[in-house]
Amino acid sequence: MAMPMKILPTKFEVPERALKNVATLEAAEKSKIAVQNLNFYYGQTQALHDVSLQIPEKIVMAFIGPSGCGKSTFLRTLNRMNDVIPGTRVQGTVLMDGRDIYASGTDVVELRRKVGMVFQKSNPFPKSIFDNVAYGLRINRLTAGKAELEERVEQALIDAALWNEVKDRLKSSALSLSGGQQQRLCIARALAIRPEVVLMDEPASALDPVATHKIEELIVELKKQYTIVIVTHNMQQAARVSDTTAFFLMGKLIEVNPTEKMFTAPDEKLTEDYITGRFG
Amino acid sequence: MLRKADQFRRISSSVMTTVTASCTFVAVGILAVILFYIAMQGVGSINLQFLIDSPRPVGEGGGIGNAILGSMVLLGLSSLIGLPIGIAVGVYLAELGTGRFGGLVRFVVDTLTGIPSIVTGVFVYAIVVLPLKHFSALAGGIALGLIMIPIVARTTEEMIKLVPHSLREGALALGAPQWRVTLGVVIPAAASGIATGAMLAVARVSGETAPLLFTAFGSRFFSYYLDQPIASLTVQIYNYAISPYDEWHAQAWAATLVLMTLILSVNIVVRFLTRKRF
Repeated sequence: MAMPMKILPTKFEVPERALKNVATLEAAEKSKIAVQNLNFYYGQTQALHDVSLQIPEKIVMAFIGPSGCGKSTFLRTLNRMNDVIPGTRVQGTVLMDGRDIYASGTDVVELRRKVGMVFQKSNPFPKSIFDNVAYGLRINRLTAGKAELEERVEQALIDAALWNEVKDRLKSSALSLSGGQQQRLCIARALAIRPEVVLMDEPASALDPVATHKIEELIVELKKQYTIVIVTHNMQQAARVSDTTAFFLMGKLIEVNPTEKMFTAPDEKLTEDYITGRFG
Repeated sequence: MLRKADQFRRISSSVMTTVTASCTFVAVGILAVILFYIAMQGVGSINLQFLIDSPRPVGEGGGIGNAILGSMVLLGLSSLIGLPIGIAVGVYLAELGTGRFGGLVRFVVDTLTGIPSIVTGVFVYAIVVLPLKHFSALAGGIALGLIMIPIVARTTEEMIKLVPHSLREGALALGAPQWRVTLGVVIPAAASGIATGAMLAVARVSGETAPLLFTAFGSRFFSYYLDQPIASLTVQIYNYAISPYDEWHAQAWAATLVLMTLILSVNIVVRFLTRKRF
């Protein structure tokens, strides 16, 4: 019996089925996000090759794949977060509710208001817990008065399953919270402005199992109201929280399928090799 | 029995510890000796009258009240000029000045830091004092402010660059425009560092004498007008120190002690006000 391969395959064919993933106009209109033939470059290096993918509304979609496969880069194209990195270039279209977010005249600020993001490393502002959650509401002037602001902050903290732990110390520093609490605070901060889509870039990778479990429970709960796209290194996590899983390899999208099918009977040999730990 | 390599490691470790510790001791020791010596020499002449009175002829006592007031006026003026401009330049360099123009600005700022303060004094003499036809507190404040700008700019830039990129991204992802990210998140996160830089600049110019000789000039009376010459501790110390009178020498020491105390207390107050709250 052959030993398991420990290296990435460097040469492979992108499966026919993944190439056919290009949406029909009708399908694109129905999904929350529809990406067509997206190419992405860091300077001369191409990080994404012809990625096409549709994300329906109010589901959890997980991106899996080995390090450097482009899953985080792809996630960050969805709220144009890559714009702030100098020397990057995008080709192709990303339709959000049928509108191309890379079209000229797109208001990036408005886009990011609709598409919230939670980062790998929790990044609370060095302000109080309350001010962290209120930040997005204040800068976007989303509340009419103090009472409404307080109510929205409370609701966001409740939604992020953090309220009970912090309700008595809203004025204390966000940096005094534990790692898991800080990450839930960042989720609350993103939820406070009531986005339609929440992007999560390995939100639990720096957390212990208990904190991870809380975040995962939260994701499943949030699905009722939001469309969630999560990048994860952890395949069990993808299997636990997501409805649909997409597998990336070296900047190419290999397979998209319902999570259950993906982890039991994937269409592609590459996916199966990755999931069973043959490489990566 | 220790191996030879382990013995060498232990010996070199203790040697290095001794070297660094003694260098630290020398550095701190020199400061302590200076402070102690100034205190010994100066404390004898300090009394309430000395602190509130203006100078008098030799043998009649007199004080440095006008110089204390003058120094504060000059430091206030120079801070008003130097801090906003310096901080703004630092923010520009850190947040926007990545291109060729930014590099040029950085080079110019570094060159400005190296300009001897007396040159700044002569320059302000030429462009402010000559047209107005007399020395003034305003000219002194401008000279000190110009000296502060590059110091504040570079420390501000360094402090802002220390703010993690993830904080900026976090704010941008919430729909904040760039200028609000800088003003509302980045600068507050760097505030205590920026304040320390500002303090260093204030401490640096509060000891300047040369640029004031051509600009604020000095005065033996209380002055409340920005367009008139004004006294300062450093110029007063200078004038008294080069005088032939023992009494004035003693007063110069005392004024030095007052100046050091003033700088120290401004330092402590600012540190207290900008201490890390979050």
